[in-house]
Amino acid sequence: MAQVEKLAADLPLLPAAMVGAEALARARRWHILVFLAPALLVYTVIMILPLIDTLRLALFRRVDGVPMFVGLDNFNILFFDPRWSGHFWSALGNNLYFFAFHMLLQNPIGVALAALLSVPRLRGQAFYRTVFFLPTMLSFVIVGFSWKVILSPLWGVAPTLLGAIGLKSWFHPWLGQEATALTTLALISVWQYVGIPMMLIYAALLGIPAEVTEAAELDGVTGLAQFWKIKLPLILPTIGICSILTFVGNFNAFDLIYTVQGALAGPNFSTDILGTFLFRTFFGNQLQLGDPNMGAAIATMMFLIILLGVSLYLFGIQRRMRRYQF
Amino acid sequence: MAATARARASPLNRGAIHVVLLLYAALCLGPVLLVVVNSFKSRAAIFGAPLSLPGPATFDLIGYRTVLGQGVFVNYFANSLIVTVGSIAAVLLFGAMAAFALSEYRFRGNTALGLFLTLGVMVPIRLGTVAILNLMVAAHLVNTHLALILIYTAQGLPIAVFILSEFMQGVSKDLKDAGRIDGLSEYAIFLRLVLPLVRPAIATVAVFTMIPIWNDLWFPLIVAPGEATRTVTLGAQMFIGQFVTNWNAVLAALTLAVLPVLVLYLIFSKQLIRGITAGAVK
Repeated sequence: MAQVEKLAADLPLLPAAMVGAEALARARRWHILVFLAPALLVYTVIMILPLIDTLRLALFRRVDGVPMFVGLDNFNILFFDPRWSGHFWSALGNNLYFFAFHMLLQNPIGVALAALLSVPRLRGQAFYRTVFFLPTMLSFVIVGFSWKVILSPLWGVAPTLLGAIGLKSWFHPWLGQEATALTTLALISVWQYVGIPMMLIYAALLGIPAEVTEAAELDGVTGLAQFWKIKLPLILPTIGICSILTFVGNFNAFDLIYTVQGALAGPNFSTDILGTFLFRTFFGNQLQLGDPNMGAAIATMMFLIILLGVSLYLFGIQRRMRRYQF
Repeated sequence: MAATARARASPLNRGAIHVVLLLYAALCLGPVLLVVVNSFKSRAAIFGAPLSLPGPATFDLIGYRTVLGQGVFVNYFANSLIVTVGSIAAVLLFGAMAAFALSEYRFRGNTALGLFLTLGVMVPIRLGTVAILNLMVAAHLVNTHLALILIYTAQGLPIAVFILSEFMQGVSKDLKDAGRIDGLSEYAIFLRLVLPLVRPAIATVAVFTMIPIWNDLWFPLIVAPGEATRTVTLGAQMFIGQFVTNWNAVLAALTLAVLPVLVLYLIFSKQLIRGITAGAVK
């Protein structure tokens, strides 16, 4: 009590400006906390801690209802135990195929559409842009079921359309056959997501200054040659960004395959990818009870794969790419 | 020079470009139109003439009567609306506040916090699902709107903070200092000076945040599968699963699920596309 009084008595002796500055600094610090707290709290509690906890759960197993630390044994089972490894490696293989298919189709189609769209003074640009981006806005549920009914041999729209160009015999129930189901799903997914690379690359092409293209024209580099030699190198960083977005999206995909083929990723697991494998494992299904710890192990593998891809991109590709400043 | 300019703009080339672009536009729109158009037809017409528009003889709303007669679809829409609006509001408010703090003040750990948040841009929240479900079970939040809102807020925050702090760095320092001299508190500066100036960025973030939330199937399926909290995406998924042989109902349900997205997209497409292209140019 006496101390407080002494402090109070001392205060007027301090230069007024200093008190003001100190109070301001202290008040300032409180603001920062108030501004940051809600976002940090939700993000940390709902996203970061569960991510860490998932990595932790991958190291445990429930024995008679009691969690027991088993080290890396769950991964040992995932990679080598025949009950699990078959599904795991096939899901990983399918996922790699799914991604490769996207890279081979989605980026080239996106680049081609963007190049056509960015032709100067092209009429109807806004219309094309809006339409091309439309499938990207729809949910996998809508896209998946729409294509499912269209490709269904029961409805017969696809054979009729193929018949119109004389290719009726080409039709097969692609989604129902093991050999073609995954490719068909990858095509549907490309159809839906081509809008994103198209739009990003379109923006990058518009960002190339007119002086650069004009200088090329003065040197007689026009048309396709100009595209390959001048514009494509300039948009390579954007293509890199599209690729990493596709990578993360593909190794995290689930909805489309669940919608079209169900949790068992039929026919006969031929469309099983890591996302559906994770869902089946930790949530359970007609064939097995849910196993959160094995689910966590699969999620950890997905995390490591995505981390590897992102690091490769950040430290391997992005650094070597030359960024052009205009 | 003039010759090359003319060659580039030759009508023949332009015609070819339009043919390619129109074909691709048909490929984008075709499947959606096919579903929407056939949802208004009788069963016989869906199978007899799938490619024709509904005429007086073939027009039939039986699919919609089946779907809406269930009485649950309206609830699904309401659930999706509550979850989406609630999450967007939280993402925008909390995201803008955090972005303001990170871009306005120099303090210890500023950069580290920025990096911490960037982690969420790269790593999908789905990978934490096992522990998120445990958390929601422990907090008795399974089958509540709040569970989904919290998850989507966490999912949307990193990219929102990222985009908004880019824009907030562009707000003039003089303006904020003028506000301070006029005696405005830091909260007032944020609410009355900075927020109105970054409104376009906020709209962009809102559209970006909205789409994945409205369309998500994973978290509703795992955290809120109950009838009372089912979102329209999950509802359509389960409904179509049940009515798989009733083609009128399937097509009507798909159309009902597509319409709100279509309408919103047509209203906001300019905003959205400008947002994507602006972000990329940067």
